[in-house]
Amino acid sequence: MAKIVFTPNIQRHIALPQAEASGRTVRDVLEAVFADHPQARGYVLDDQSALRKHMTIFVDGQIIHDRTRLTDAVSESSTVYVFQALSGG
Amino acid sequence: MSDTLLVSTRKGLFTVARKAKQWEITAVDFLGDNVTIALTDRRDGARYAALDHGHFGVKLHRSTGNGWEEIAVPAYPPKPEGYEEHDMWGRPINWSTTRVWALEAGGADEPGVIWCGTLPGGLFRSNNRGQSWDMIRSLWDHPKRKQWMGGGADLPGIHSIRVDPRNSKRVWIAVSTGGIWFTEDGGASWSLRGEGMRAEYAPPEQTHDPIAQDVHCLAQCRAATQRMWVQHHNGIFVSSNEGESFTEITGVEPSTFGFAVVVHPREPDTAWFVPEIKDEKRIPREGKLVVTRTRNGGKSFEVLTKGLPQSHAYDVVYRHALALDEGGERLAFGSTTGGFWVSEDQGDSWACVTHTLPPVYAVHFA
Repeated sequence: MAKIVFTPNIQRHIALPQAEASGRTVRDVLEAVFADHPQARGYVLDDQSALRKHMTIFVDGQIIHDRTRLTDAVSESSTVYVFQALSGG
Repeated sequence: MSDTLLVSTRKGLFTVARKAKQWEITAVDFLGDNVTIALTDRRDGARYAALDHGHFGVKLHRSTGNGWEEIAVPAYPPKPEGYEEHDMWGRPINWSTTRVWALEAGGADEPGVIWCGTLPGGLFRSNNRGQSWDMIRSLWDHPKRKQWMGGGADLPGIHSIRVDPRNSKRVWIAVSTGGIWFTEDGGASWSLRGEGMRAEYAPPEQTHDPIAQDVHCLAQCRAATQRMWVQHHNGIFVSSNEGESFTEITGVEPSTFGFAVVVHPREPDTAWFVPEIKDEKRIPREGKLVVTRTRNGGKSFEVLTKGLPQSHAYDVVYRHALALDEGGERLAFGSTTGGFWVSEDQGDSWACVTHTLPPVYAVHFA
Protein backbone atom coordinates (compact mmCIF):
# COMPACT_ATOMS: atom_id res chain seq x y z
CA MET A 1 0.00 0.00 0.00
CA ALA A 2 1.19 3.50 -0.78
CA LYS A 3 2.00 5.83 2.07
CA ILE A 4 0.39 9.31 2.06
CA VAL A 5 1.83 12.18 4.07
CA PHE A 6 0.09 15.54 4.40
CA THR A 7 1.76 18.88 5.02
CA PRO A 8 1.93 19.90 8.67
CA ASN A 9 0.32 23.22 7.73
CA ILE A 10 -2.97 21.55 6.96
CA GLN A 11 -3.13 19.94 10.39
CA ARG A 12 -4.15 23.25 11.98
CA HIS A 13 -7.40 23.07 10.04
CA ILE A 14 -8.02 19.37 9.83
CA ALA A 15 -6.20 16.44 11.38
CA LEU A 16 -4.78 14.27 8.63
CA PRO A 17 -2.39 11.68 10.03
CA GLN A 18 -0.12 9.72 7.76
CA ALA A 19 -2.18 7.10 5.98
CA GLU A 20 -1.83 4.07 3.77
CA ALA A 21 -4.00 3.40 0.79
CA SER A 22 -4.22 1.19 -2.26
CA GLY A 23 -4.46 2.53 -5.75
CA ARG A 24 -2.72 2.90 -9.05
CA THR A 25 -2.94 6.68 -9.38
CA VAL A 26 -2.69 9.74 -7.20
CA ARG A 27 -6.45 10.12 -7.59
CA ASP A 28 -7.03 6.59 -6.30
CA VAL A 29 -5.04 7.01 -3.13
CA LEU A 30 -6.43 10.47 -2.38
CA GLU A 31 -9.99 9.21 -2.79
CA ALA A 32 -9.20 6.44 -0.36
CA VAL A 33 -8.04 8.98 2.21
CA PHE A 34 -11.06 11.22 1.59
CA ALA A 35 -13.36 8.26 2.18
CA ASP A 36 -12.12 8.27 5.78
CA HIS A 37 -11.77 12.08 6.01
CA PRO A 38 -14.45 13.60 3.77
CA GLN A 39 -13.84 17.12 5.04
CA ALA A 40 -10.26 16.97 3.77
CA ARG A 41 -11.31 16.92 0.12
CA GLY A 42 -12.04 20.66 -0.05
CA TYR A 43 -8.69 21.51 1.51
CA VAL A 44 -6.72 19.67 -1.16
CA LEU A 45 -8.95 19.77 -4.26
CA ASP A 46 -10.98 22.56 -5.80
CA ASP A 47 -14.63 22.43 -6.87
CA GLN A 48 -13.68 20.64 -10.09
CA SER A 49 -11.72 17.99 -8.14
CA ALA A 50 -8.43 19.32 -9.50
CA LEU A 51 -5.49 20.01 -7.22
CA ARG A 52 -5.81 23.43 -5.61
CA LYS A 53 -3.73 26.10 -7.28
CA HIS A 54 -1.22 26.48 -4.48
CA MET A 55 -1.01 22.83 -3.56
CA THR A 56 1.41 20.34 -4.97
CA ILE A 57 1.96 16.60 -4.72
CA PHE A 58 5.16 14.59 -4.92
CA VAL A 59 5.25 10.87 -5.65
CA ASP A 60 8.54 9.34 -4.59
CA GLY A 61 10.20 12.71 -4.81
CA GLN A 62 8.85 13.63 -8.22
CA ILE A 63 6.32 16.39 -8.63
CA ILE A 64 3.18 15.19 -10.35
CA HIS A 65 2.38 16.30 -13.90
CA ASP A 66 -1.37 15.92 -14.07
CA ARG A 67 -2.81 18.40 -11.59
CA THR A 68 -6.28 18.14 -13.09
CA ARG A 69 -7.01 14.44 -13.35
CA LEU A 70 -4.32 13.26 -10.94
CA THR A 71 -3.44 10.33 -13.15
CA ASP A 72 0.23 10.10 -12.15
CA ALA A 73 1.10 6.52 -11.29
CA VAL A 74 1.50 5.28 -7.74
CA SER A 75 2.99 1.91 -6.78
CA GLU A 76 2.49 -0.23 -3.72
CA SER A 77 5.76 1.08 -2.29
CA SER A 78 5.25 4.73 -3.19
CA THR A 79 5.22 7.61 -0.80
CA VAL A 80 2.87 10.45 -1.73
CA TYR A 81 3.53 13.87 -0.18
CA VAL A 82 0.77 16.50 -0.26
CA PHE A 83 2.30 19.94 0.20
CA GLN A 84 1.42 23.58 -0.20
CA ALA A 85 3.42 26.48 -1.55
CA LEU A 86 5.02 28.70 1.06
CA SER A 87 3.61 31.92 -0.28
CA GLY A 88 1.22 34.44 1.13
CA GLY A 89 1.30 36.72 4.14
CA MET B 1 -30.24 49.18 18.64
CA SER B 2 -27.40 46.76 18.41
CA ASP B 3 -24.58 46.77 20.97
CA THR B 4 -22.39 44.31 19.11
CA LEU B 5 -20.35 44.45 15.93
CA LEU B 6 -18.61 41.73 13.96
CA VAL B 7 -15.48 42.99 12.26
CA SER B 8 -14.00 40.73 9.56
CA THR B 9 -10.30 41.32 8.96
CA ARG B 10 -7.31 39.91 7.17
CA LYS B 11 -6.22 38.31 10.43
CA GLY B 12 -9.34 37.30 12.26
CA LEU B 13 -12.91 38.03 13.27
CA PHE B 14 -13.17 40.66 16.00
CA THR B 15 -16.20 41.28 18.18
CA VAL B 16 -16.62 44.89 19.23
CA ALA B 17 -19.18 45.57 21.93
CA ARG B 18 -20.63 48.60 23.66
CA LYS B 19 -19.54 48.83 27.27
CA ALA B 20 -20.47 51.33 29.96
CA LYS B 21 -18.09 54.01 28.72
CA GLN B 22 -16.97 52.99 25.27
CA TRP B 23 -16.92 50.41 22.54
CA GLU B 24 -14.26 47.73 23.05
CA ILE B 25 -12.90 44.63 21.38
CA THR B 26 -14.35 41.82 23.46
CA ALA B 27 -13.49 38.70 21.47
CA VAL B 28 -11.29 37.47 18.64
CA ASP B 29 -12.07 34.36 16.64
CA PHE B 30 -10.00 32.77 13.87
CA LEU B 31 -6.99 34.85 14.89
CA GLY B 32 -4.45 34.84 12.09
CA ASP B 33 -6.93 33.72 9.45
CA ASN B 34 -8.36 35.75 6.61
CA VAL B 35 -12.04 36.41 7.35
CA THR B 36 -13.70 37.91 4.28
CA ILE B 37 -17.19 38.50 5.64
CA ALA B 38 -19.46 37.58 8.55
CA LEU B 39 -23.18 37.55 9.18
CA THR B 40 -25.49 37.35 12.16
CA ASP B 41 -28.84 35.86 11.22
CA ARG B 42 -31.24 37.87 13.34
CA ARG B 43 -33.97 35.27 12.87
CA ASP B 44 -32.19 32.64 14.92
CA GLY B 45 -29.02 34.29 16.26
CA ALA B 46 -26.63 32.06 14.31
CA ARG B 47 -23.40 33.63 13.16
CA TYR B 48 -21.56 32.82 9.97
CA ALA B 49 -17.97 33.57 9.03
CA ALA B 50 -16.32 33.08 5.65
CA LEU B 51 -12.62 32.24 5.76
CA ASP B 52 -10.13 32.24 2.95
CA HIS B 53 -7.33 29.87 3.79
CA GLY B 54 -5.50 30.63 0.57
CA HIS B 55 -3.79 27.39 -0.32
CA PHE B 56 -6.50 25.36 1.32
CA GLY B 57 -9.44 27.23 -0.12
CA VAL B 58 -12.53 29.04 1.11
CA LYS B 59 -14.40 27.71 4.14
CA LEU B 60 -17.54 28.64 6.03
CA HIS B 61 -18.05 28.38 9.76
CA ARG B 62 -21.20 28.78 11.84
CA SER B 63 -21.68 29.51 15.51
CA THR B 64 -24.89 28.83 17.32
CA GLY B 65 -23.61 29.67 20.77
CA ASN B 66 -21.54 26.56 21.39
CA GLY B 67 -18.49 27.59 19.44
CA TRP B 68 -17.75 27.60 15.74
CA GLU B 69 -18.13 24.61 13.48
CA GLU B 70 -17.12 24.24 9.87
CA ILE B 71 -20.11 23.85 7.58
CA ALA B 72 -20.50 23.27 3.88
CA VAL B 73 -19.05 25.83 1.53
CA PRO B 74 -20.73 26.68 -1.77
CA ALA B 75 -19.23 24.56 -4.54
CA TYR B 76 -19.48 25.09 -8.26
CA PRO B 77 -20.95 22.31 -10.41
CA PRO B 78 -18.69 20.13 -12.52
CA LYS B 79 -17.64 21.96 -15.64
CA PRO B 80 -18.93 20.11 -18.73
CA GLU B 81 -16.29 17.90 -20.33
CA GLY B 82 -14.24 19.88 -22.81
CA TYR B 83 -15.93 23.17 -21.98
CA GLU B 84 -13.63 26.14 -21.59
CA GLU B 85 -14.54 29.58 -20.36
CA HIS B 86 -12.25 32.59 -20.44
CA ASP B 87 -12.41 36.07 -19.05
CA MET B 88 -11.97 39.18 -21.17
CA TRP B 89 -8.19 38.86 -20.91
CA GLY B 90 -8.29 35.32 -22.19
CA ARG B 91 -7.55 33.68 -18.90
CA PRO B 92 -9.47 30.50 -18.09
CA ILE B 93 -12.16 30.86 -15.44
CA ASN B 94 -12.07 28.00 -13.00
CA TRP B 95 -15.51 26.99 -11.76
CA SER B 96 -14.47 27.00 -8.15
CA THR B 97 -15.33 29.22 -5.20
CA THR B 98 -12.53 31.74 -4.95
CA ARG B 99 -14.05 34.06 -2.37
CA VAL B 100 -17.25 34.40 -0.37
CA TRP B 101 -18.11 38.05 -0.97
CA ALA B 102 -21.69 38.29 0.26
CA LEU B 103 -23.70 36.57 2.97
CA GLU B 104 -27.31 37.53 3.58
CA ALA B 105 -30.19 36.01 5.50
CA GLY B 106 -33.36 35.16 3.63
CA GLY B 107 -36.72 36.65 4.51
CA ALA B 108 -38.52 36.40 7.82
CA ASP B 109 -40.82 33.74 6.33
CA GLU B 110 -37.85 31.61 5.23
CA PRO B 111 -36.10 30.40 8.38
CA GLY B 112 -32.77 28.82 7.58
CA VAL B 113 -32.43 30.38 4.15
CA ILE B 114 -29.04 32.01 3.55
CA TRP B 115 -27.86 33.61 0.32
CA CYS B 116 -24.20 33.62 -0.64
CA GLY B 117 -22.44 35.57 -3.38
CA THR B 118 -19.03 34.45 -4.56
CA LEU B 119 -16.17 35.01 -6.94
CA PRO B 120 -16.10 34.08 -9.83
CA GLY B 121 -19.79 35.01 -9.97
CA GLY B 122 -21.83 32.15 -8.58
CA LEU B 123 -24.87 32.85 -6.43
CA PHE B 124 -25.81 30.17 -3.92
CA ARG B 125 -28.73 29.53 -1.59
CA SER B 126 -28.92 27.31 1.45
CA ASN B 127 -32.25 26.20 2.86
CA ASN B 128 -30.73 24.63 5.95
CA ARG B 129 -28.45 27.19 7.57
CA GLY B 130 -25.47 26.33 5.47
CA GLN B 131 -25.52 22.56 5.82
CA SER B 132 -25.72 22.40 2.04
CA TRP B 133 -25.83 24.89 -0.82
CA ASP B 134 -27.51 25.01 -4.20
CA MET B 135 -26.09 27.09 -6.98
CA ILE B 136 -28.63 29.35 -8.66
CA ARG B 137 -28.09 27.86 -12.11
CA SER B 138 -30.57 30.19 -13.77
CA LEU B 139 -28.15 33.03 -13.13
CA TRP B 140 -24.91 31.16 -13.71
CA ASP B 141 -26.24 29.74 -16.98
CA HIS B 142 -27.67 33.06 -18.13
CA PRO B 143 -25.96 33.85 -21.43
CA LYS B 144 -25.22 37.40 -20.33
CA ARG B 145 -23.38 36.19 -17.25
CA LYS B 146 -20.35 35.58 -19.43
CA GLN B 147 -20.17 39.32 -19.99
CA TRP B 148 -19.38 39.86 -16.32
CA MET B 149 -15.81 40.91 -15.73
CA GLY B 150 -13.35 41.33 -12.96
CA GLY B 151 -13.36 44.75 -11.39
CA GLY B 152 -11.37 45.31 -8.24
CA ALA B 153 -10.66 41.60 -8.19
CA ASP B 154 -9.41 39.58 -11.12
CA LEU B 155 -12.67 37.69 -11.30
CA PRO B 156 -16.25 38.94 -11.34
CA GLY B 157 -18.09 38.62 -8.05
CA ILE B 158 -21.44 39.12 -6.35
CA HIS B 159 -21.03 41.48 -3.43
CA SER B 160 -24.52 42.80 -2.66
CA ILE B 161 -27.67 40.75 -2.04
CA ARG B 162 -30.90 42.52 -1.07
CA VAL B 163 -33.99 40.51 -0.13
CA ASP B 164 -37.30 42.37 -0.32
CA PRO B 165 -38.60 42.54 3.28
CA ARG B 166 -42.17 42.36 1.96
CA ASN B 167 -41.68 39.40 -0.37
CA SER B 168 -38.73 37.06 0.07
CA LYS B 169 -38.91 35.80 -3.48
CA ARG B 170 -37.86 39.21 -4.77
CA VAL B 171 -34.08 39.56 -4.59
CA TRP B 172 -31.62 42.00 -6.08
CA ILE B 173 -27.93 41.29 -6.48
CA ALA B 174 -25.09 43.48 -7.66
CA VAL B 175 -21.97 42.36 -9.48
CA SER B 176 -18.55 43.91 -9.90
CA THR B 177 -18.63 44.17 -12.81
CA GLY B 178 -21.95 43.07 -14.19
CA GLY B 179 -24.60 45.51 -13.02
CA ILE B 180 -27.72 44.80 -10.96
CA TRP B 181 -29.85 41.69 -11.40
CA PHE B 182 -33.34 41.05 -10.10
CA THR B 183 -35.50 38.00 -9.53
CA GLU B 184 -39.12 38.00 -8.44
CA ASP B 185 -39.53 34.25 -8.34
CA GLY B 186 -36.94 33.26 -5.76
CA GLY B 187 -34.15 32.91 -8.29
CA ALA B 188 -35.87 30.92 -11.03
CA SER B 189 -35.44 33.74 -13.52
CA TRP B 190 -33.42 36.95 -13.63
CA SER B 191 -33.49 40.27 -15.38
CA LEU B 192 -30.89 42.97 -15.67
CA ARG B 193 -31.69 46.33 -14.11
CA GLY B 194 -29.90 49.62 -13.72
CA GLU B 195 -30.72 51.85 -16.64
CA GLY B 196 -29.17 55.25 -16.17
CA MET B 197 -25.96 54.16 -14.53
CA ARG B 198 -22.92 55.36 -16.37
CA ALA B 199 -19.36 54.07 -16.68
CA GLU B 200 -17.47 57.06 -17.96
CA TYR B 201 -14.27 55.08 -18.26
CA ALA B 202 -15.74 52.35 -20.50
CA PRO B 203 -15.70 52.33 -24.29
CA PRO B 204 -18.51 54.49 -25.70
CA GLU B 205 -20.64 51.52 -26.69
CA GLN B 206 -20.62 50.25 -23.12
CA THR B 207 -20.80 53.48 -21.18
CA HIS B 208 -24.51 53.17 -20.52
CA ASP B 209 -24.89 49.41 -20.92
CA PRO B 210 -26.37 48.15 -17.63
CA ILE B 211 -24.22 45.02 -17.70
CA ALA B 212 -21.01 47.03 -17.97
CA GLN B 213 -21.63 48.89 -14.72
CA ASP B 214 -19.17 48.44 -11.88
CA VAL B 215 -21.48 48.67 -8.90
CA HIS B 216 -19.34 48.79 -5.79
CA CYS B 217 -22.23 48.48 -3.35
CA LEU B 218 -26.03 48.38 -3.56
CA ALA B 219 -28.14 49.54 -0.62
CA GLN B 220 -31.93 49.43 -0.29
CA CYS B 221 -34.22 51.19 2.18
CA ARG B 222 -36.13 48.54 4.11
CA ALA B 223 -39.23 50.64 4.68
CA ALA B 224 -39.28 52.13 1.19
CA THR B 225 -37.83 49.44 -1.03
CA GLN B 226 -38.27 51.47 -4.18
CA ARG B 227 -35.34 53.57 -2.99
CA MET B 228 -31.92 52.16 -3.81
CA TRP B 229 -28.53 53.77 -3.51
CA VAL B 230 -25.47 52.70 -5.45
CA GLN B 231 -21.86 53.52 -4.80
CA HIS B 232 -20.46 52.92 -8.25
CA HIS B 233 -16.96 53.04 -9.60
CA ASN B 234 -18.09 56.10 -11.48
CA GLY B 235 -19.86 57.83 -8.61
CA ILE B 236 -23.14 57.85 -6.70
CA PHE B 237 -26.47 56.83 -8.21
CA VAL B 238 -29.98 56.78 -6.72
CA SER B 239 -33.11 54.94 -7.83
CA SER B 240 -36.74 55.52 -6.92
CA ASN B 241 -38.14 52.48 -8.72
CA GLU B 242 -36.37 49.47 -7.25
CA GLY B 243 -33.33 49.82 -9.44
CA GLU B 244 -35.08 49.89 -12.78
CA SER B 245 -33.47 53.24 -13.44
CA PHE B 246 -30.96 55.45 -11.68
CA THR B 247 -30.04 59.10 -11.53
CA GLU B 248 -26.44 60.15 -11.09
CA ILE B 249 -25.56 62.41 -8.19
CA THR B 250 -22.73 64.76 -9.09
CA GLY B 251 -20.87 67.60 -7.51
CA VAL B 252 -20.46 66.00 -4.10
CA GLU B 253 -17.44 67.15 -2.13
CA PRO B 254 -14.86 65.88 -1.49
CA SER B 255 -15.57 63.07 -3.97
CA THR B 256 -18.24 60.76 -5.30
CA PHE B 257 -15.78 57.87 -5.54
CA GLY B 258 -15.81 55.21 -2.87
CA PHE B 259 -16.87 51.68 -2.14
CA ALA B 260 -19.47 51.65 0.63
CA VAL B 261 -22.98 53.02 1.03
CA VAL B 262 -25.66 52.49 3.66
CA VAL B 263 -29.21 53.84 3.70
CA HIS B 264 -31.41 54.58 6.68
CA PRO B 265 -33.91 51.76 7.26
CA ARG B 266 -36.92 54.12 7.40
CA GLU B 267 -35.74 57.33 5.75
CA PRO B 268 -35.03 56.59 2.09
CA ASP B 269 -33.49 60.00 1.45
CA THR B 270 -30.82 59.51 4.12
CA ALA B 271 -27.63 57.72 3.11
CA TRP B 272 -23.96 57.66 4.07
CA PHE B 273 -20.77 57.25 2.04
CA VAL B 274 -17.02 57.24 2.69
CA PRO B 275 -15.39 59.15 -0.17
CA GLU B 276 -11.93 58.63 -1.61
CA ILE B 277 -10.02 60.37 -4.35
CA LYS B 278 -11.10 58.64 -7.52
CA ASP B 279 -9.99 56.25 -8.71
CA GLU B 280 -6.42 55.58 -9.42
CA LYS B 281 -5.30 56.85 -6.01
CA ARG B 282 -8.01 55.74 -3.59
CA ILE B 283 -7.08 57.67 -0.50
CA PRO B 284 -9.00 60.30 1.44
CA ARG B 285 -8.59 63.72 -0.11
CA GLU B 286 -5.85 65.74 1.58
CA GLY B 287 -5.39 62.94 4.08
CA LYS B 288 -8.69 63.85 5.76
CA LEU B 289 -10.96 60.92 6.56
CA VAL B 290 -14.60 61.96 6.25
CA VAL B 291 -18.07 60.47 5.92
CA THR B 292 -20.63 62.14 3.70
CA ARG B 293 -24.33 62.11 4.49
CA THR B 294 -27.35 63.21 2.55
CA ARG B 295 -30.75 63.67 4.14
CA ASN B 296 -32.59 64.83 1.06
CA GLY B 297 -32.10 62.15 -1.54
CA GLY B 298 -28.79 63.46 -2.77
CA LYS B 299 -29.67 67.11 -3.32
CA SER B 300 -27.03 68.09 -0.79
CA PHE B 301 -24.45 66.37 1.38
CA GLU B 302 -22.92 67.08 4.75
CA VAL B 303 -19.24 66.29 5.31
CA LEU B 304 -18.90 64.64 8.73
CA THR B 305 -15.50 64.94 10.38
CA LYS B 306 -15.94 65.13 14.15
CA GLY B 307 -13.78 62.44 15.74
CA LEU B 308 -12.21 61.36 12.44
CA PRO B 309 -8.53 61.99 11.68
CA GLN B 310 -8.06 65.11 9.59
CA SER B 311 -4.37 64.85 8.89
CA HIS B 312 -2.34 62.17 7.12
CA ALA B 313 -5.15 59.63 7.20
CA TYR B 314 -4.94 57.13 4.36
CA ASP B 315 -7.76 54.86 5.37
CA VAL B 316 -9.68 53.12 2.62
CA VAL B 317 -13.08 51.73 3.55
CA TYR B 318 -14.13 48.72 1.55
CA ARG B 319 -17.66 48.07 0.34
CA HIS B 320 -18.74 45.91 3.27
CA ALA B 321 -16.84 47.86 5.89
CA LEU B 322 -19.46 50.55 6.60
CA ALA B 323 -22.44 49.42 8.65
CA LEU B 324 -25.64 50.95 9.98
CA ASP B 325 -27.69 49.36 12.72
CA GLU B 326 -31.36 48.50 12.36
CA GLY B 327 -32.35 51.52 14.39
CA GLY B 328 -30.71 53.86 11.94
CA GLU B 329 -28.76 55.68 14.66
CA ARG B 330 -25.48 53.83 15.00
CA LEU B 331 -22.84 53.54 12.33
CA ALA B 332 -19.47 51.87 12.30
CA PHE B 333 -16.68 51.49 9.80
CA GLY B 334 -13.24 49.98 9.55
CA SER B 335 -10.39 50.68 7.18
CA THR B 336 -7.63 49.01 5.29
CA THR B 337 -5.11 50.53 7.66
CA GLY B 338 -6.80 49.10 10.73
CA GLY B 339 -8.81 52.05 11.96
CA PHE B 340 -12.23 51.44 13.43
CA TRP B 341 -14.81 54.07 14.36
CA VAL B 342 -18.32 54.04 15.81
CA SER B 343 -20.97 56.77 15.81
CA GLU B 344 -24.09 56.78 17.95
CA ASP B 345 -25.59 59.90 16.41
CA GLN B 346 -25.94 59.10 12.73
CA GLY B 347 -22.39 60.18 12.01
CA ASP B 348 -22.45 63.59 13.65
CA SER B 349 -19.56 62.44 15.83
CA TRP B 350 -17.29 59.43 15.83
CA ALA B 351 -15.26 57.58 18.44
CA CYS B 352 -12.14 55.66 17.46
CA VAL B 353 -12.24 52.18 18.95
CA THR B 354 -8.77 51.27 17.68
CA HIS B 355 -6.44 52.08 14.86
CA THR B 356 -4.38 48.91 15.04
CA LEU B 357 -6.67 46.26 13.61
CA PRO B 358 -5.59 44.16 10.67
CA PRO B 359 -7.01 45.39 7.34
CA VAL B 360 -10.79 45.48 7.74
CA TYR B 361 -12.90 43.78 5.09
CA ALA B 362 -16.39 43.85 6.55
CA VAL B 363 -18.32 45.35 9.45
CA HIS B 364 -21.69 44.02 10.57
CA PHE B 365 -24.01 44.89 13.46
CA ALA B 366 -24.74 41.58 15.13
